[in-house]
Amino acid sequence: MHVVVCIKQVPDSAQIRVHPVTNTIMRQGVPTIINPYDLYAVEEALRLRDRHGGTVTVLTMGPPMAEESLRKALTFGADRAVLLTDRFFAGSDTLATSYALASAITAIGERFEPVDIVFTGKQTIDGDTAQVGPGIAKRLGLAQLTYVSRVAALDLAGGTIEVDRRAEGGVQALRTRLPCLVTMLEGTNEIRRGSLPDALRAARAEIAVWSAKDAGIADVTKCGLRGSPTVVKRVFAPTPRAEKATLVDPAGAGAADALIAAMFAARPRLEAELATLVRGY
Amino acid sequence: MTEKFDAIVVGAGMAGNAAALTMAKRGLKVLQIERGEYPGAKNVQGAILYADAVEKLVPGFRDDAPLERHLVEQRFWMMDDTSHTGLHYRSEDFNEEKPNRYTIIRSQFDRWLSRQVQEAGGLVLCETTVTELLTDGRGRVIGVRTDRRDGDVLADVVILAEGVNGLLGSRAGLRERPAPENVALAVKEMHFLPRETIEARFNLKGEEGVVIEAAGTISRGMTGMGFLYTNRESISIGIGCLVSDMARAGHAPYALLEAFKRHPSVAPLLEGSEVKEYAGHLIPEGGYRAIPKLYGDGWLVAGDAAQLNNAIHREGSNLALTSGQIAGETVAELYARRAAPTARALAAYEARLNDSFVMKDLKKYKDMPALLHAGSQNYFLTYPQLVSKAMQNFVRVDGVPKIEKERRTLRSVLAARSLGGLLGDAVRMARAWR
Repeated sequence: MHVVVCIKQVPDSAQIRVHPVTNTIMRQGVPTIINPYDLYAVEEALRLRDRHGGTVTVLTMGPPMAEESLRKALTFGADRAVLLTDRFFAGSDTLATSYALASAITAIGERFEPVDIVFTGKQTIDGDTAQVGPGIAKRLGLAQLTYVSRVAALDLAGGTIEVDRRAEGGVQALRTRLPCLVTMLEGTNEIRRGSLPDALRAARAEIAVWSAKDAGIADVTKCGLRGSPTVVKRVFAPTPRAEKATLVDPAGAGAADALIAAMFAARPRLEAELATLVRGY
Repeated sequence: MTEKFDAIVVGAGMAGNAAALTMAKRGLKVLQIERGEYPGAKNVQGAILYADAVEKLVPGFRDDAPLERHLVEQRFWMMDDTSHTGLHYRSEDFNEEKPNRYTIIRSQFDRWLSRQVQEAGGLVLCETTVTELLTDGRGRVIGVRTDRRDGDVLADVVILAEGVNGLLGSRAGLRERPAPENVALAVKEMHFLPRETIEARFNLKGEEGVVIEAAGTISRGMTGMGFLYTNRESISIGIGCLVSDMARAGHAPYALLEAFKRHPSVAPLLEGSEVKEYAGHLIPEGGYRAIPKLYGDGWLVAGDAAQLNNAIHREGSNLALTSGQIAGETVAELYARRAAPTARALAAYEARLNDSFVMKDLKKYKDMPALLHAGSQNYFLTYPQLVSKAMQNFVRVDGVPKIEKERRTLRSVLAARSLGGLLGDAVRMARAWR
């Protein structure tokens, strides 16, 4: 079995500051971390490997310093790491990123061994789009399993996978054919602490650094800024919303009536809609 | 299979990096283990870097090491609650081609120094804590156990550069934990300000920097000092006092720092700044008499872990770098001779430390820590207040004849500290300084 996990090095959003005057994000000196959602993907991949054998390759696209995040993934126990880095990739939006990653995954499959499952986190904490995973699946023609909370079963011989997927109002149990792409939901597992031999191996590892050409990308106009139709119009810091709270004395008689009256006063449409609903019953 | 290295260095601070770099450069197979997320992540210092010690380790470090400002001015402040009496030394001589002292930010500098270790071939493992030393049946250290699964790793020699607490060495029974009267607890904050503001406030141009060392009522009679260092775009400000004094007096470190920051001599320097960081750290202050055993079968200890800190001159990072380098050289020389790192062979480490400025300086001031500790009320409370009063008497013009003013000053000094007390303090201080 060969699993590829796509990870992204992101600024630690807990430590990002907005410049008080220019309102722009101050990136300088902000520590970087592996996108937290991706850690669930890494752990799920490692668990599958531990159970079924095979290899886990971690892949990232980013500047040369993104190597740190790959090395960390190797410390957790991943077998191989590929860093996709090239000036052609600068300024990629989700369309261009999924194109580059899909190409790299194809190249990884050709160079090492065929890929059975691609894992990603459900989204990144810097872009928050949740588009790159599905974009890769679409480009590679993989079955797309998003918001997965659990891989329930994997039948490598039969070429099928069963997962639990969070959906609105419940959990879907899905079965599909391999190869597939899984985006992992948060809180589904806990990233392991790698063993000392894994940590030593990671510290020594030579991480494969691939250019666009290495990833088999012939048409660099689909990469980076040129391949990205997204345009950033404006960056701004949202002003904090300060809504006034009213205290309703809970002990007083008619507290519930007062509460409802206050809610309807604030949301006149709610009253009308509720009334319609009640009439329906 | 448990892997074996020529040497393991515990810790990636100044001493650990110096030791690891020295050995890696000489071709030893070195493993360095650091508990922080990256080298420097957990390292706290004022921080001032002394170029001489770095130069000996990484010649030409100025070209690419992350340095903040080179120091051209030193201010000593003796403070009472509303004033300070200062001694300022500023010299154009410090604007030299190879400046002597720099302010640094440890998380950046240590990362850079660790890169030198890695480029020299040393293997650096972060986010890994050494939990105990592995020994053979006869007490010889043969490796370390880490907090990771399958976490044992072997080595011919282990250099303990684990920092002031010396937990590992104490746990292994190689030493005692530092006594409360021999360590200071220092807290510091990083205040961010635009560089133009810093340069205007401190009368600096370009990369010039200032150090302020302050003592007096800010430590409330405890043995301790405050400091303020200028970085490029920030100011490091902090205060430290002996742990035993703090425990006895019941003062909280943050309250001391808040009061220091509010002092009328300090507040205007910090005005409008944004606090970005708060850190606390223990500092070895016991001097020569507090130094634990420095070596044994298969192990050496360097830097803060060996309590090598010159509290009088506020030097620590250079003693750490130099002791780490000497430890590394000692091990590398044994390795080159294929000699076993027995306690007898490693005794060369102590001999070489004794020949260096590290031990010579600490020996010179061996009686100072006890003196300052015993007389802390006088040195840190009474005298600063007397000096302030005398200065005010001297400069205030109020129609009182000068002769009368001088009499008042003398009377206040004698009332606070008798003639015998004054002479005794002078003699004791002179003796300890000698």
